[in-house]
Amino acid sequence: MSLRKLWSVAWKELIQSARDPLSLGMLLGVPCMMLLLYGYALSFDVRHIRLAVQDNDKSAASRDLIASFVNSTYFDLVATPPPGTDLEKLTARRVAKAVLVIPERTSEDLAAGRPARLQLLLDGADANTASTVLGYANALVAAANVSRLAGSGGPAGGKLTLAPIVYEPRVWYNPELDSTHFLIPGLIGFILMLTAVLSTALSVVREKERGTMEQIRVTSLKPGELIVGKTLPYLGISLAATGLILVAARSLFGVAVAGSYLHLFAATLIYLIGALGFGLLISSLVDTQAMAFQLGALSSMLPAIFLSGFIFPLRSMPWPLRWISYGVPARYFNVVLRGVILKGAGLESYPQDMGFLVLYAVVVLTLAYARLSRREV
Amino acid sequence: MASSSTQAIAADRLVKRFGAFIAVDDVTLEVREGEVFGLLGSNGAGKSTLIRMFCGLLTPTSGKGSVLGLDIGRQSEAIRRRIGYMTQRFSLYDELTVEQNLEFFAGVYGLKGRERSERLQWAIRMAGLEGKERLITRSLPGGWKQRLALACAVLHRPQVVFLDEPTGGVDPISRRRFWTRIDEMSGEGVTLIVTTHYLDEAERCDRIALMHQGRLLGVGSVPEMKAVFAGRAILEVTCPRFLEAQDRLEKESWVLEASVFGDRLHVVVANGSDTEEGRRRVLDLLEREGNTPATAERIVPSLEDVFIHSIEQDDLEHAAEGHRS
Repeated sequence: MSLRKLWSVAWKELIQSARDPLSLGMLLGVPCMMLLLYGYALSFDVRHIRLAVQDNDKSAASRDLIASFVNSTYFDLVATPPPGTDLEKLTARRVAKAVLVIPERTSEDLAAGRPARLQLLLDGADANTASTVLGYANALVAAANVSRLAGSGGPAGGKLTLAPIVYEPRVWYNPELDSTHFLIPGLIGFILMLTAVLSTALSVVREKERGTMEQIRVTSLKPGELIVGKTLPYLGISLAATGLILVAARSLFGVAVAGSYLHLFAATLIYLIGALGFGLLISSLVDTQAMAFQLGALSSMLPAIFLSGFIFPLRSMPWPLRWISYGVPARYFNVVLRGVILKGAGLESYPQDMGFLVLYAVVVLTLAYARLSRREV
Repeated sequence: MASSSTQAIAADRLVKRFGAFIAVDDVTLEVREGEVFGLLGSNGAGKSTLIRMFCGLLTPTSGKGSVLGLDIGRQSEAIRRRIGYMTQRFSLYDELTVEQNLEFFAGVYGLKGRERSERLQWAIRMAGLEGKERLITRSLPGGWKQRLALACAVLHRPQVVFLDEPTGGVDPISRRRFWTRIDEMSGEGVTLIVTTHYLDEAERCDRIALMHQGRLLGVGSVPEMKAVFAGRAILEVTCPRFLEAQDRLEKESWVLEASVFGDRLHVVVANGSDTEEGRRRVLDLLEREGNTPATAERIVPSLEDVFIHSIEQDDLEHAAEGHRS
């Protein structure tokens, strides 16, 4: 492998990128924009839920409970419908997202040691929000029970009766964790995969379309020189994009890297090499930029979102999807990144995940090399 | 096949199929060192496919080929170091400047040190792009791009240069300048294989090969090619109903061929002792048919006559073959 030839390719690629503001913008700007959009849009924290309370008990106990809901800042009290109101209209007209019904004699029951039956009506149209709200309510009632227990010393039970709402029986909510923190590593994995795959795939296919690829193939440039030369510049640009994402994550969402930057760099490097190799592989399968874009976007973006554990927990997936997810590098990268960024763990804690990332990079690059070495592309 | 030290390229029964389509059909030919060799044929005749096999871009389905004595199947890497290749598409990087394009190709050809800077200077001079080094390639007119593409293709002093329709879409003055460069390189001992469908360009080649539907119809210098008409005369005939006249003339045993050229006919007759006889016979026949006013003039055969004659002969032979099988 000749360094001179390799460098000629890399340098040419850099000049091309620099002269093509669109592609450079895609590589550096889009990741940060995506972080911004997804970071805010994908936050699973729900606050200021419009709550209506029908207090049929009107006791000190019921007022305490209502206060604990409102003081949590998760709920805003928007209405206190008198007894006999059609509660469904409140949610149907979207006046309230949730209605808490405190039946008569709640305080009597509690005082007598009988469980009090509260009712929470939830607008289940938005299942995600609904289940989040449900989680808050559970936590608040539990807290109320704990404080009652502590206060009275006697047995008490505040039991929540649920309105029949349709929602996924998955608990997203975790009172200790701001979901943005949890999302940032997944976002980095997804964004890098997308931009790295697209940048290399498009850069090779563009040369095919223009005929320069054929021109290069007639020179004595070896496939390895071409592959490394094509990958290096985009590796550099993608690493720069990673840096920008981390700065944005810190300044916008307050997510700082708890672990070692060196470990973060190493994991990202291996992940990126695999992603860039995958882009090369795609470029060897299609002949037009439009096809490369579609295939690249679909095959990198969808698995990185859906099969990586980024948003949807893998353990609750049907086995075929879970099985496919073992071939998705973002899956391993997410685990490692969450460890390094959030927990401050080192790569040594994730030998299996790192092993899979290395394996993925090796397999993909080997395939890309084999495809690009063929005489007829 | 006779192999000599002066043979730059050889093809021995080369075949290239794409599925059921036969792009190059049993081509055997030889190009001598230092020759300007023209591959002539219409689009889809197989010229580019043939060249791409020599350049190592396509693998032959069967048959053998060599460039500078190196086998195109097994030694394509060694071949690539010694050849230059340029296509009609002028495969340059549009975003790069003139200089950066040259530097890139110098890099991938592995040029370094003094040789590199000498060749870069030479290329700028050769392409006539002095003072234009920092222009973005996209903004260059077609003729300049063409010369830059040629310069990029020959930076590494290749001994054999393949030019695949190098003058397509370029103005006539640029075409002439381009051919001057081809002659210069040929003078330096470089072998050039040029595909074209411009017949005037073919006339500038030392030797030409006619290709049609993947087959090689004939190889030789232009005078040699025209010698197929030795002992025959070509008459250019005009008359009002020339298509009808063509049908009528083809039925006559003394007419060897009658083809349409635009709005007139080229009629090939045996050239016996009386050169005027054929002419008289054509005019008499047209008069009898009432296809007048008619004229018939003997003309010097052009390469186009040769080409059409060869294609008609080839089609006849293949029709006969198809009939037999």
